[in-house]
Amino acid sequence: MAELMYWEAIRRAHDEELANDPNVIVMGEDVGVVGGTYKATSGLYQKYGEQRIIDTPISENSFTGIGIGASMAGVRPIIEIMSINFALLALDTLVNAAAKIRYMSGGRVSCPIVMRTPGGTAHQLAAQHSARLARMFMSTAGLRVVTPRGPLDACGMLKSAVRCNDPVIVIEHERMYNLKEELPDHEFFRPLEGAEIVRRGTDITLIGYNYSVHLCLEAAKRLEKDGISAEVLDLRALKPLDRETIRRSVEKTHRVLVAEEDEAPVGVGSEIIATVIEDCFFALDAQPVRVHAADVPVPYAAALEHAAIPDVEDVYKGALKVMGKI
Amino acid sequence: MKAADQKRLLREMIFYRRFEERCFEAYMERKIGGFLHLYSGQEAVATGVLETARCGHDYVITGYRDHVHAIKTGAPAREVMAELYGKETGSSRGRGGSMHVFDPTVNFMGGYALVGEPFPLAAGLALACKHKKTDQIAICFLGDGANNQGTFHETMNMAAVWHLPVLFVCENNQYAIGTRIDRSTAVVDQYKRMCAYNIPASQHDGQDIDIVMTAAKKAIDQVRAGKGPYFLEFLTYRLRGHSMSDKTITYRPKEEEQKWAERDPLKIYSDRLKKAGVIADADIKAMEKEVQDEIENDIVKFAEESADPRVEDLYKYVLDDNPDPRWIGPLQNAI
Repeated sequence: MAELMYWEAIRRAHDEELANDPNVIVMGEDVGVVGGTYKATSGLYQKYGEQRIIDTPISENSFTGIGIGASMAGVRPIIEIMSINFALLALDTLVNAAAKIRYMSGGRVSCPIVMRTPGGTAHQLAAQHSARLARMFMSTAGLRVVTPRGPLDACGMLKSAVRCNDPVIVIEHERMYNLKEELPDHEFFRPLEGAEIVRRGTDITLIGYNYSVHLCLEAAKRLEKDGISAEVLDLRALKPLDRETIRRSVEKTHRVLVAEEDEAPVGVGSEIIATVIEDCFFALDAQPVRVHAADVPVPYAAALEHAAIPDVEDVYKGALKVMGKI
Repeated sequence: MKAADQKRLLREMIFYRRFEERCFEAYMERKIGGFLHLYSGQEAVATGVLETARCGHDYVITGYRDHVHAIKTGAPAREVMAELYGKETGSSRGRGGSMHVFDPTVNFMGGYALVGEPFPLAAGLALACKHKKTDQIAICFLGDGANNQGTFHETMNMAAVWHLPVLFVCENNQYAIGTRIDRSTAVVDQYKRMCAYNIPASQHDGQDIDIVMTAAKKAIDQVRAGKGPYFLEFLTYRLRGHSMSDKTITYRPKEEEQKWAERDPLKIYSDRLKKAGVIADADIKAMEKEVQDEIENDIVKFAEESADPRVEDLYKYVLDDNPDPRWIGPLQNAI
């Protein structure tokens, strides 16, 4: 076992998959010579060469489209988009092409691409570098969307994403790249489907994904001191969604909170609560609560940014509200 | 070119014209739904370029006016017609329709409705050819209207920087739906725009299949030889509207339409073959009859008699229907 940081885990997945299959390539802005803005592809250019680790111009829609075109002919590109805000420029090719080509070709052509991108707020990056947007990809048929919460999933899910025949959107987070976790030394894969119970509890289910899992885990520790046993569920995959694990957990705890860093309207939390109501309404003993960002463009000033984005305190208080303690 | 090949090419173009006109009829009978964009008038471009390419080996991709490109590439005409009818036997199993014909068995990688979207996909197909070190090339057919999308410029830049084996064929029919090119585009001669990317480019008459083939051969040889991308512009004209829903009378002068009708690619080629003694009027009549019979009694019949997709299969093809559980899971939780 070795402790790796999140970015190192991503780098390891790239390295293993590049070594495993000559048709795996990497594309993106500064992924080659520079080694990636978050170092996730560092050293790979030197090891695999410029034909496989491709520095692209700043043309998100078309370099993503080129990756998709290559994938239709048997290449397996891992495409890095430097910030999820920039992925908006690539939406045509991701949503209109990659997500639909299998369907509109009657299953005859597939697009096995991986698009990795950090989504989320970090340190005063302001409105155009702090988007989350997971909800947008989650609502697109034909995509898989995964949100690894730590190095183990970051490595294992990326490797699975490369092998899988569907287009996979991997949403990382600016504040997670330095998170540490023990990883097995041997090769391993983590599945692209299935939510994970990351903390067991009996009184309330706290549901998170990506960075908000960590908020839920911290909140659960505080709730424990109040004598409340919180179960924490990491969705892991937003699409397809593991409704079964959500239902089983809520049927056990009878109370639910969803924490997301994104804004609430038409969000991941809305979808999860709707799922709970459809699947296990009568198991609920209390009104569900959504913890989410303020419905504003992310502000620059630190105090405003802090106020706009949910933190552990917000999740903790939200849980107390579900429990009827406040 | 041998007389037999010349006759075959003429027959192919007559076939494509009749195929498209038959689609028009089926659309009016409401047997074909959605949007329908017909290729009548532009036949010499796809026929000539693809005659010169290695169909089934090279990758071909285009926009929504895609029936003829698909058939010339090698997609069975029966399956293309069945696709327009929305049948399970269609090229895309009835999931795509007129604008989304696919046949990967001959490397026809689809028709796309988003104008300009195929530019990067084509460059990606070419990147795959280069990556795998094959002697394949990618050929991208799009109209002049597509050249005002950002993907045009972004893709040309990358195709040039990476020396990708891709041939861009601009079918300049001079109207972006209903907007005449000089009303939307600063540089009307499309090939001139390639000087910004150092991509060799040339402009030709797209109504004369012999000219098309000569230009295409030079371009394809160069691309296949590893000299990077090439851009061919063919001046052409559609006989019908952009799709079934527009009336050309609102945006094209009658005199202009008449002028181009005289330069019908079928007429130009058949006149030439007649003059050369390769074919006689009676042969052309016989050809037309034969094509008519084939389309009616085989192709349309096949489409009409094929089954609709089963409603139970609605969710088929969204994702890989037989995924490997090693990558997909799901994760097991004990609750």
